[in-house]
Amino acid sequence: MQQKPTSSESIVSLRDVQKSFGPLRVLDGVSFSVERGEVLALIGRSGSGKSTALRCIDRFEKVDGGEIVVCGHRVDRPDVDLRALRQDVGIVFQSYNLFPHLTIEQNITLAPCAVKGLATGEAKDLARKVLAQVGLEEKLHAYPEQLSGGQQQRAAIARSLAMQPKVMLFDEVTSALDPELTGEVLKVIEQLAADGMTMVMVTHEMGFAKGIADRIVFMHRGKVHETGPASILTSPTTPELTQFVGTGNLKS
Amino acid sequence: MSLQLDFPAVLERWPSFLAGAVLTLELAAFSTVCGAVLGTLAAVGRGAHSALIAAACKIYVEAIRNTPLLVQIFLVYFGLASLGLKFSAFTVAVAALTINVGAYTAEIMRAGFEAIPRGQIEAAEGLALSRLQIYWHIILLPAIEKVYPALTSQFVLLMLASSVCSQISAEELTAVANYIQSDTYRAFETYIIVAVLYIILSLVMRAGFWGLGLVLFPRRRRLGTPL
Repeated sequence: MQQKPTSSESIVSLRDVQKSFGPLRVLDGVSFSVERGEVLALIGRSGSGKSTALRCIDRFEKVDGGEIVVCGHRVDRPDVDLRALRQDVGIVFQSYNLFPHLTIEQNITLAPCAVKGLATGEAKDLARKVLAQVGLEEKLHAYPEQLSGGQQQRAAIARSLAMQPKVMLFDEVTSALDPELTGEVLKVIEQLAADGMTMVMVTHEMGFAKGIADRIVFMHRGKVHETGPASILTSPTTPELTQFVGTGNLKS
Repeated sequence: MSLQLDFPAVLERWPSFLAGAVLTLELAAFSTVCGAVLGTLAAVGRGAHSALIAAACKIYVEAIRNTPLLVQIFLVYFGLASLGLKFSAFTVAVAALTINVGAYTAEIMRAGFEAIPRGQIEAAEGLALSRLQIYWHIILLPAIEKVYPALTSQFVLLMLASSVCSQISAEELTAVANYIQSDTYRAFETYIIVAVLYIILSLVMRAGFWGLGLVLFPRRRRLGTPL
């Protein structure tokens, strides 16, 4: 029941997306698109709508208007096949959200077995493979609470990778971590980017965004205020972005 | 005034006591298993999208929690009889106790479900798991783990409360005691023995739940924090 992709290269495209929480207009005509293999960083102040925009892509928020197409799925339509959409989209959260009662291996194998019908043996091989990708092979049989925050977040990334998504969404994945642990998670994301994974990330790590992102979308008051290559962080054109990067957000 | 206790006169009836104790344990075991399933379904039902199902579950829980167990037992017993349905006293007792403990289990499990962080469910949804799969793999065990002490206390309480089934002549421990004391005229000794037997049954159940906890929550065993 998977819908055929409608556009040739855009993996994610938002057009004039509107979203309100009660009287508060969070997204006010947001448009951007992400090409295959591209890394897009959503930046902006708290409350600018960047996290909401990201969550709309995986339909954790329903939009009030506009069009969202993700891997051919019309996400803005009420009849979108959510489970098909979410097999194509991986999402990693700020609070890791590993399942505490399952080992890391079980966390990873659950969805491939339950959703894709993978055999247990195959799924275990897959778990080993994705854990190696994030450098956590030795934690296969550990429980989440036995891991540090950085390790938990890397395990969460591995869990998402095991579903072989076409695009990965990262929602402030390092905001709960200290600088040292942040580094180890960012390294994993860098490797994914180098491997050609399409990614959309909401981040406050300006230095990282500058280094990894093909394109920056700066959001301000629910609108895309400025967009362009990573160089806009060093030479912004709007006063808002100038002020945003000037407030010590940009580490060299 | 002197207290004279004659235990041997009563203790020679030990086969009857034993049979009664076994029946009480069987009553408790069947009703606990059935009640746990019924209660969990009712707890899920209270969160259902369908307002009809949610309301039905709520009415069930409130009706049971606000009426005495003995009255519920009589309702099932005489209700089935007046429908022309004949069941053994044991079956009626299990049915009534199941309906009773199901309502309390529903409330406890609802608390367990509500204690699951929203992020857990979002993560599971993000992995394309279905609603049923999320309940089964992600919510159920952690929810039970959170309320396990409350849940097991409720089941032990059910075993103790099953003594009122003596009123419909189910041959459980209290019914046996009533019979023996009227036969031997040694009421005090009889009920002392029965009380001790109930304590032993409670300890047996608690030990059983402790063992079950080790199986259900391997993480706690591994990390050295069993419930």
